[in-house]
Amino acid sequence: MIGDVESLLNAALRVSTPLLFATLGEIYTEKSGVINLGLEGIMAMGALTAFSTTLLTGNIILGVIAATITGGAMGFIHAFMSIALRANQIVSGLAITMLGLGISELIGRIHYTGVPLPLRLQVIPIPYLSNIPVVGPLLFNHDPLTYLSLVLALTMWFILFKTKAGIIIRAVGENPFAADAIGINVYIVRYLCTVVGGMLTGLGGAYLSVVYRPAFQPGMTAGLGWIAVALTIFALWSPLRAIFGAALFGGLRALEFRLQPLGIPPNIVATLPYLFTIIVLTIGTRGMMRRIVEAPSSLGVPYVRGEK
Amino acid sequence: MENDLLVRMHNITKKFPGVLANDRVNFELRAGEIHALVGENGAGKTTLMNILYGIYQPDDGEIYIRGRRTVIKSPKEAIKLGIGMVHQHFTLISTLTVAENIILGEPSTRLIAPIKDVENRIRRISESYGLKVNPKARVWELSVGERQKVEIIKTLYRGAEILILDEPTSVLTPMEIVELFRVLRRMVNEEKGVVFITHKLDEVLAIGDRATVLRRGRVVGTVDVSKTCREELAEMMIGRKVVANQYDKKSIVGSTILEIENLCVNDDKGLEAVKNVSLQISKGEILGIAGVAGNGQRELAEAVAGLRRVKHGRIVLDGEEITNIGVKKVIEKGVAYIPEDRISMGIVSDLNIAENIILRKYRYKPYSNNLFLNFKFINSFSAELIDKFNIVTSSINTPVKLLSGGNIQKLILARELSGNPKLIVAVNPTAGLDIGATDYVRRKLIEMRNNGKAILLVSEDLEEVISLSDRIVVMYGGRITGILRPEDVSIEKIGLLMTGGGSEN
Amino acid sequence: MRIKLEKRENITRTLSITVTLFSVLVAMIFIGLIFQVIGVNPVLAYIMIFHGSLGSIYGLSETIVKTIPILLCSTGLAIAFRAAMFNIGAEGQLLMGAIASTYIALYVIPNSQSIIIIPLMFIMGFAAGALWALIPAILKTKLSVNEVITTLMMNYIAEQLTMYLTTGPWRGVELWGFPYTENIPIQAYLPCISGTRIHYPTLIIGLCAAALIHVFISRSKIGYEIRVVGGSREAARYAGISYVRVALITMTISGGLAGVAGVGEVAGIHHRLSPFKISSGYGYTAIIAAWLGKLNPIVTLVASFFIGTLLVGGDILQVKLNLPYATVNIFNGVILLFIIGGELLLRYRVRVVM
Repeated sequence: MIGDVESLLNAALRVSTPLLFATLGEIYTEKSGVINLGLEGIMAMGALTAFSTTLLTGNIILGVIAATITGGAMGFIHAFMSIALRANQIVSGLAITMLGLGISELIGRIHYTGVPLPLRLQVIPIPYLSNIPVVGPLLFNHDPLTYLSLVLALTMWFILFKTKAGIIIRAVGENPFAADAIGINVYIVRYLCTVVGGMLTGLGGAYLSVVYRPAFQPGMTAGLGWIAVALTIFALWSPLRAIFGAALFGGLRALEFRLQPLGIPPNIVATLPYLFTIIVLTIGTRGMMRRIVEAPSSLGVPYVRGEK
Repeated sequence: MENDLLVRMHNITKKFPGVLANDRVNFELRAGEIHALVGENGAGKTTLMNILYGIYQPDDGEIYIRGRRTVIKSPKEAIKLGIGMVHQHFTLISTLTVAENIILGEPSTRLIAPIKDVENRIRRISESYGLKVNPKARVWELSVGERQKVEIIKTLYRGAEILILDEPTSVLTPMEIVELFRVLRRMVNEEKGVVFITHKLDEVLAIGDRATVLRRGRVVGTVDVSKTCREELAEMMIGRKVVANQYDKKSIVGSTILEIENLCVNDDKGLEAVKNVSLQISKGEILGIAGVAGNGQRELAEAVAGLRRVKHGRIVLDGEEITNIGVKKVIEKGVAYIPEDRISMGIVSDLNIAENIILRKYRYKPYSNNLFLNFKFINSFSAELIDKFNIVTSSINTPVKLLSGGNIQKLILARELSGNPKLIVAVNPTAGLDIGATDYVRRKLIEMRNNGKAILLVSEDLEEVISLSDRIVVMYGGRITGILRPEDVSIEKIGLLMTGGGSEN
Repeated sequence: MRIKLEKRENITRTLSITVTLFSVLVAMIFIGLIFQVIGVNPVLAYIMIFHGSLGSIYGLSETIVKTIPILLCSTGLAIAFRAAMFNIGAEGQLLMGAIASTYIALYVIPNSQSIIIIPLMFIMGFAAGALWALIPAILKTKLSVNEVITTLMMNYIAEQLTMYLTTGPWRGVELWGFPYTENIPIQAYLPCISGTRIHYPTLIIGLCAAALIHVFISRSKIGYEIRVVGGSREAARYAGISYVRVALITMTISGGLAGVAGVGEVAGIHHRLSPFKISSGYGYTAIIAAWLGKLNPIVTLVASFFIGTLLVGGDILQVKLNLPYATVNIFNGVILLFIIGGELLLRYRVRVVM
């Protein structure tokens, strides 16, 4: 029984890592006022790039870096469309998703289907800590990327809420007119946040193809990109809450099939992340709660100086 | 002290398209003084201070800071020179804390800096000036008065020696105003200088050391507050321009058509904006509401037009009660509304002229039959109105966003006035229009009046109110402070009523 | 040297069409480049696509088959977007229509005559789709909840629901490892134009919907109200127009039409419910058609047909060049990006300042 729970929790944490990366990225993007619905496509491209680069160079780290760069590039395209061209951000994000899914599937199917990755990112147990009963194997017996995701979450939370840089980002998302009046360059902040968001999402995709299931399969993102969008809201735009949210959503995913013997259909469990998001969004949007929820007010609206 | 000039603005001229905002203005601020900058809306006070703060560049003239000639190209430079400004509309981010807002845009704080130091410094400043505020509080939790304190602390945090406050008391309660004055006194006792922009004369008398009065972009004079009085200031502010009856008014004033009884209406923030107002308007009469913006006039007009809920009281049109019956029914009952905000409320900018003309009446015959719009009628009617109202355009299908401001207003007039309304409510109908359009609008209103319509005119343009109205109601602080006939208007009297003094009812 | 953007004052229809066509052309060239990179001759590929989708009766009929669901969804989206309701949920609304019609055909009145089953399927399909759209609509109008996220989430819930039904209570035959329901009874099959797969009742509904909605938006009172609400909510308030009423009506129609598309796919094409086959992303593709069609139902009709040719082209590329069907996504994505990028040229004049 303990072993079951342990394996469940482990599985949950592993699924949650790519989710956490992408969510952290989108939190920064949305906090600055840009909504990026291209995460699914960016993640797919990240998975593809990591896989192909690792295969080509024999070096996993290079693969991961390549995926991060690709993600950043796609984030830049979205930023350019949304900020410089003032395009409709919803539509731009959707286009990027389609593009990312299409290209990754195209190249993936032609070259990489069925090709296994000869390398694999090793699990690195942290000495002493991983021997603590129960908690040890759960928290300290993972691969480097999972550790990275947790460290990043803490760091990004600190930056966002405890430093001036974070204040600037939040100000830009909340009231770009006031921020501009104070002398902050709204455009640059948004570009940076969107590109960083893309980079982290690409990183999440890399995890999928290099650690989670070392192979490339078209469709392996399986909606994780969209769940990350939902998770951003569910976590109420806080990196710390994102950790728990990712673990929860990851847990729900891992739970899908494990509840089957109990007679609960996996598909119904699979709807829970999406249902949760709607409920949380509804509660969060109501008047007073909105303040506490910290949804950036200018989300999705292009900022144009001087234009009303 | 005479030689301790913090600021000297000399011969400042600033032009905007269509208006000369500052015309060779001279202004000085000494160390240790509170200098009130007085004038009506549009007199040029805010523009002048925006120039000092680096938001605008003067077309002509020089600025001397502490004796040195300086060019101030941006607010950042102004801040470096020790100038701080608290605007009418706060630039605070409501979801952030006080401390976070204060260090935002503060160049000296490093990008990754811990907040503790900032909070301590804020506490020190707030204690030394009596500006009590909790650095950890989130701005949305604060009252307006507290937010203003944050704005002031923001300027002090950056080392401001020269503080500009733009209409600071318009959002404060009487208690908070007293507190503010105390704070300002403490500041100038330390040889700082304060510029206090206001239109409220009793405040000038209460707190000012000197006062400079602006009218229509020009300096009328600079006086020592201890040596002047309210009447003198009012006269300087409003001027002795004779506003005789320029329009041909037939003397037909008929029966009462609109009765407002004990009306109480809230503003957008939930505060009471109209406090127990009672009025009557007769057929063939223009009732003008004078007063500086923000004293409840807009809310009153919206309530009459059905666009704002009435908390207490009644509105009766032609014997029928129309309180809170909703905009649609109010339109049906024959109330026309010319909104203050032409662009975002008065028209739909993406639609064309014909489609905008039917905005309020599209659901009635002959504009439509059953389900469909009757374009034949709509088009011919629109062409007729374009002709009648002299709207300059190439066709009825032109999208309205291409029209000039004057033509847009004519379109709105054409729409509202052509339906044979019983009552016309107009708010700032000539704001932003050129002389020709302004004259046209005013003549049209007189024409409606002469045809027996009742008009409720709300305007910040005092000259307009005096020349058009049959009776003038002055509002201040949500209440009626006086009802006058234009013949009985003396500039001093109306100035006093508008600025809170000498209330008579 | 700087680039300055000046807001353009007048956007003529000619300009609008020119810029759109230009954007599509540039997109196609860009995609040609992608083909080149992966070793496919772009000219050959395009010839195959257009010859295959338009060059034969069979090809044309298949194009129409693909156009039908897109037409229905995009027409509905056009009306919703016009009212500034960003309905991204056509995919889920389509699936709900599919579920409803399957339910009717398999479990409610499986033994009835066609004349009863078919209209009932359409009605219930419309209702199911409309209901699915109304939930986010009510959340938006009453509680100001962002409809983009909620409609998107509803898509996934609908997808999971479909999978649950086809692998659970409605489980039927399993073909090649994919779950399906039972075949619906023959009486529930939609009639097709002989020799083709074109289920014409759905097509007729789509064409009528496009025509009707076009007429209604430009000429009716409710159409006018929709355009005012989409243009300025303040002005709508000033005019006494009920935002809530307009929002609910547009979402109902939008969701309902998508639901009808779902009925068509089940009763006209596949004749059974399956999560993977019913919608290959039609709901999302329809967004592109609606955007390409500038939210005008008639132009959207043309755009839907164009997208239909690309989809069939995708099939052809899969068969003839061994390219995965996902290539279609690339088309969609690139075209969309270039269209919205091109919109900049439409709204602003670009000046180079020395």
